[in-house]
Amino acid sequence: MKAYFSHIYQAVSSILIGMGITGRHMFQKPVTIQYPEQRLQLPERERNRLFVDMEDCIGCDQCAKACPVNCIELKTIKAVPGDIVGKTGLTSQGKKKALFVPTFTIDFAKCCYCQLCVFPCPTECIFMTDVFEFSDFKRAGLKYEFSDMTAEQTAEKKMKAEEYALEQAKKKEEAAKAAASSKSSSAAEKKAAEAKKSEAPPPEDLTQTEDNKNKEV
Amino acid sequence: MEEFLKSIIGDNIITYIIMPIPALIFVSLFALYAVLAERKVSAWISNRIGPNRAGGKMGLLQTILDGIKLVQKEFVSPVRSDRFLFKAAPFIIFTAAFMGYAVIPFSSLYIGVDLNLGLFYFFSITSLGVIGMLMAGWASNNKYSLFGGIRSVAQIISYEIPTALAALVVVMLAGTLSMQAFCVAQDGGIFNWFIFGGPGGLSKIILIPFMITACVILFLSTLAETNRTPFDIPEADSELVAGVHLEYSGMQFAMFFFAEYAQMFAVAGVIATLFLGGWQSPFGDLVPFLNSPVMQIIWFLAKGFFLVFVQIWMRWTLPRVRVDQLMTICWKFLIPISFVNIFVVALYIIFFK
Repeated sequence: MKAYFSHIYQAVSSILIGMGITGRHMFQKPVTIQYPEQRLQLPERERNRLFVDMEDCIGCDQCAKACPVNCIELKTIKAVPGDIVGKTGLTSQGKKKALFVPTFTIDFAKCCYCQLCVFPCPTECIFMTDVFEFSDFKRAGLKYEFSDMTAEQTAEKKMKAEEYALEQAKKKEEAAKAAASSKSSSAAEKKAAEAKKSEAPPPEDLTQTEDNKNKEV
Repeated sequence: MEEFLKSIIGDNIITYIIMPIPALIFVSLFALYAVLAERKVSAWISNRIGPNRAGGKMGLLQTILDGIKLVQKEFVSPVRSDRFLFKAAPFIIFTAAFMGYAVIPFSSLYIGVDLNLGLFYFFSITSLGVIGMLMAGWASNNKYSLFGGIRSVAQIISYEIPTALAALVVVMLAGTLSMQAFCVAQDGGIFNWFIFGGPGGLSKIILIPFMITACVILFLSTLAETNRTPFDIPEADSELVAGVHLEYSGMQFAMFFFAEYAQMFAVAGVIATLFLGGWQSPFGDLVPFLNSPVMQIIWFLAKGFFLVFVQIWMRWTLPRVRVDQLMTICWKFLIPISFVNIFVVALYIIFFK
């Protein structure tokens, strides 16, 4: 009999306590964040979509090498002397840029947001932004192109680079021929040249190696 | 209102068609906004905001748009289901719930029909819904639906007993079964309501705890009859998926909700009539304006809405009971306690009235 009434007491009291708790919650401020309008402050070192500042990119390809999922595709063209890369030809830290970057594509469908590409960048031009809403209806839409070079510009720069390379090759060939002719004309001169070589090896070495390369080609 | 209509139109069928129209409009609007209220209250209880996009900050158009969506949906009936019973069941449930409104006294001038057996009629007609539930469960050709239907029948039939016994206390005190007579009997302010023992001398203080108990028992057992949490084992989203609602789609599904919310207000109205003074103003005749027929509607709706709010509040507080617990609550607790209530009230009537 005692158990019977204690059951009733327990039931009634627990219902009242429960309803008291829910009743109190009714007047509390909601914790909902109305997402598209209201946003949480993201943490300082959040890792979201990458951004590449092409003004600073020197096309060193280190980010693409560091990427564990190979989502960065990067192509470069050598700049001809006198040609200015970008607006000033310099990075914001004052380094000279020697490469045009006609393609710098990051495929965010592949990207794993590991931030490994950010650390090796020598000019700190690739970094994580706070943009995390970039869903797309097509996978192709997730490929982001950061280079602002047009196809014509790319073709032009390629032509220039090829022409320059050919010119250089010709010059070197001529230089090599001249060197060869001078070698055959007098052994004394050759000895002198050899002596010069020992004094200043780099230019000669370079010409030799480049000669070899040309021969291979 | 009945006399008024009869004086204009005459005593013919049109009068009796017009009579329930205000109640039907009220039930439709109430069902729409009770669904919204349910969602809002549940949101507030769990520290959320709830629907706030459609129709302003309170989401006032939410359920209307939901309804439009449901009307557009295809009516799917399962393979080898009993087509006729399957289609008819939700309408039978709603009809049963709506027929109860015939005896709900909204005001001293508006009641569908003031039967002298009003309360008896109410309890008998609303339990017709059981047939619809069983039909829906059986015709769905789905074991979960059938379980839901069977549980619903078992639950509603066993909870009929404490409902009737708790209401009997008031019937004994008022000496009537007419719903208008209950309201008239509680004339004269808040302390003459039956939850405080009804009109009478100082001796009625003895009655107060027993009347409150009776009110709570009636509230709990009607909660079980409308299949609301914590007694929603016929629906039981997590074990029976949704019970009898499982195979329904589109407007038929919406009909179940209409019926459920119609029933919620109907039982709230009956509790308000029996224990909370019906359409009586809590100030009695002190301020005659507050007891005018139009204000009576407001008082009655306020009491009904408060009880519906408590039903919703309870739903979002308590977990579902098991089947054995459900039967234990009914047969071991509610029925014996209501018998004790009847006994005490009977003794009071013999010795003090």
